[in-house]
Amino acid sequence: MIITIKVSKMSDFKRPDGRKNDELRPMEAKAGIIKRADGSAMFKVGNTVAYAAVYGPRELYPKFLQNPGHGILRCNYNMMPFSGSGERIRPGGNRRSKEISMVTEKALSPVLDLSEYPNAVVDVYIELPQTDAGSRCAGICAASIALADAGLPMKDLVAAISVGNLNGNLVVDLDKEEEDIEGEVADIPIAVVPSTGEITLLQMDGIVLKDELKKALEMGIKSCRKITEIQRKALKDKYKVDAKSEGE
Amino acid sequence: MGELLVKEKEIVVPGEELAKGMSYLPGQGCYRKDDEVLSSKLGLVNVDGRAIKIIPLTGTYNPKRNDVIIGNVIDVSLYGWRIHTNSAYSAMLSAKDATNEFIEKGADLTQYINLGEYVAAKIIKVTSQKLIDLTMKGPGLRKLAGGRIIHVNNNKVPRIIGKQGSMISMIKDATGARIIVGQNGVAWIQGDPEGELIAINAIRMIEEQSHISGLTDRVKEYLDKACKGRPKRAREEREDDNNHQGEQNE
Repeated sequence: MIITIKVSKMSDFKRPDGRKNDELRPMEAKAGIIKRADGSAMFKVGNTVAYAAVYGPRELYPKFLQNPGHGILRCNYNMMPFSGSGERIRPGGNRRSKEISMVTEKALSPVLDLSEYPNAVVDVYIELPQTDAGSRCAGICAASIALADAGLPMKDLVAAISVGNLNGNLVVDLDKEEEDIEGEVADIPIAVVPSTGEITLLQMDGIVLKDELKKALEMGIKSCRKITEIQRKALKDKYKVDAKSEGE
Repeated sequence: MGELLVKEKEIVVPGEELAKGMSYLPGQGCYRKDDEVLSSKLGLVNVDGRAIKIIPLTGTYNPKRNDVIIGNVIDVSLYGWRIHTNSAYSAMLSAKDATNEFIEKGADLTQYINLGEYVAAKIIKVTSQKLIDLTMKGPGLRKLAGGRIIHVNNNKVPRIIGKQGSMISMIKDATGARIIVGQNGVAWIQGDPEGELIAINAIRMIEEQSHISGLTDRVKEYLDKACKGRPKRAREEREDDNNHQGEQNE
């Protein structure tokens, strides 16, 4: 089979929603929105909305899952049945959500220090009531705010964003429309520890050249630094609001 | 030369730079990366000489030795009781540490403390695997009968008790209620219904506003207003309660 590659030049390329190539969708974050959880957060990227709730450290059963050396992190990613743009999907877990739960765990655990909590578990529930691509990234961003809100010791807040290649044009933060563009499209979600620049999640769907990948990652790391600012602000605002209402 | 990048009592988040240079030392809730000190917790900055530490604002209870806690009996075994500590780990209250009474071998322990009852007890030992031993021998430690249990943020317990127990005494004096606040964020309140409610409101107020200065005055103001018209109550039999709690406050 012959694959014809259409490469439109950088200059006449335009993103469907008119954003610049390195421009993020409007983002919003809030900490402490679920009262009964030990820590919680909402993270919104354009039309993708993620809620994360953290419970624990708490007892872990069944007992064979316990680790006497350190506590474990358990993530659960769930897209709600009506969250996508298409038809209602079958509710509950599937192979995709299982995989994303696993990569979320691996993206977050390098910054989290649970050595103080042997045999215990920290549960993170990520729910997506509305999605428009980039849901695992939004989930990771929300989860990392929620973990900090739960008062757990962590080295840094993890930020995540997708970068991609749309027919030779490198862009950050793809939405669903861009993901579905015809031609040579790559969607690369990454998660970054901003203080060190370490990458804790790197997946790819599509085709990308080596040089393009390197460039795309740089763009992604830069965007993640911006996201960290939003995450930090969300956590600080939780306590600022108190101060304001008190002043009245 | 080192340079401090944050102010005292400022709210910081994990990964935030607190100081540059080797002249500052990372304390609790901080870590060093190269020549920087970074925060690893959400909380308030506290600088003590060269050491920087973070006073956490959230987080579940972490059992420590000598803490007085309030726990619920979740199991009765042959030798003692298993107590839920409001943390990830349950604690063991041995029959021998529970009472000075002589308990006969094979006696039914439920007649001393039954399932579902609450006790105020002190942690005597925490192992690295977080096996916790409790004792009920000591001032104010006992089975809690009557009253009501509320859950508070365990990080705010030192604020609720106050310096030398000043805050809690103020609430007790104003409402006439008996109060024990466990370090694990469980509080027991017993008094007349109205007094209990006022005490709960005051505690909730402390919980929400503890990181804003002028707290004592605001709580006093609230208590004066809420207790207006209520008959003054004598301070009865509260010597055993929380008077020793001041010592636990930091």
